[in-house]
Amino acid sequence: MPVKVIIPTPLRAYAGKREFAEFNATTVGQALTSLTSEFADLRKHLFTEDGKLRSFVNVYVNDEDIRYLSKENTPIKDGDTISIVPSIAGGADPGPSEIRKLQ
Amino acid sequence: MADRTILKLTETLAEKIRAHGAETYPHECCGALLGREATGAPGVLTGGELQAHRTVAELFPLVNRRDDSPRNRFSVTSEDVRDAEKAATGRELEVIGWYHSHPDHPAKPSDYDRDHAWPWYSYVIVSVADGKPREMTSWRLCDDRSQFVSEDVAVCDPAAS
Repeated sequence: MPVKVIIPTPLRAYAGKREFAEFNATTVGQALTSLTSEFADLRKHLFTEDGKLRSFVNVYVNDEDIRYLSKENTPIKDGDTISIVPSIAGGADPGPSEIRKLQ
Repeated sequence: MADRTILKLTETLAEKIRAHGAETYPHECCGALLGREATGAPGVLTGGELQAHRTVAELFPLVNRRDDSPRNRFSVTSEDVRDAEKAATGRELEVIGWYHSHPDHPAKPSDYDRDHAWPWYSYVIVSVADGKPREMTSWRLCDDRSQFVSEDVAVCDPAAS
């Protein structure tokens, strides 16, 4: 039995409008690699150019945030559900920290 | 994505977003837009362009989690996002976007907004100057993440929505 990866609503347009996909994988990283191999357009929304998960992309195995497990090396077993959950951020520019960087 | 997109909401909901921005001034406010995509017809033709539209049915106000820089930043945690999604599902709606305020800044997305944005969602920004809400705009990230594209905000009375 493979693992299920739940695709968040804003990314479904890049995954054939599917709500989830299933893969055989033993770590979260493997499952995400399989996901972005099958749906290449997802990659830029999930990963930075140097291949790291974007800061506002949160990944859960069942109900556990992988940041508190072993991140992308978190082991998974058949029947687990991986959820990709957005966090949302923004705000007006420039911020005090950006101004300090410019000075 | 259609050439132009429209976000529809009632004057009551628009006023609630403005009021939230005024209430938290000089800090940024934030919240979720619960609603639905237009069903049936994929869009309406206006001026020769296909216009896809979605309607905000309810707001889900949230607490700005950026305690360190709330005047020019907002943050919604993944737990808040899950709460908003649960609230939407319970009302047979979905989270179609997010709103936030720009205190003493124009209602235009910053580079920081774009860097942290998701596609598909509508991002409503209300400018609040000296505590008074001003312009309200809405934006959607383009597929290649290179820019935000403005969408029309149609404020209408409930009978017309």
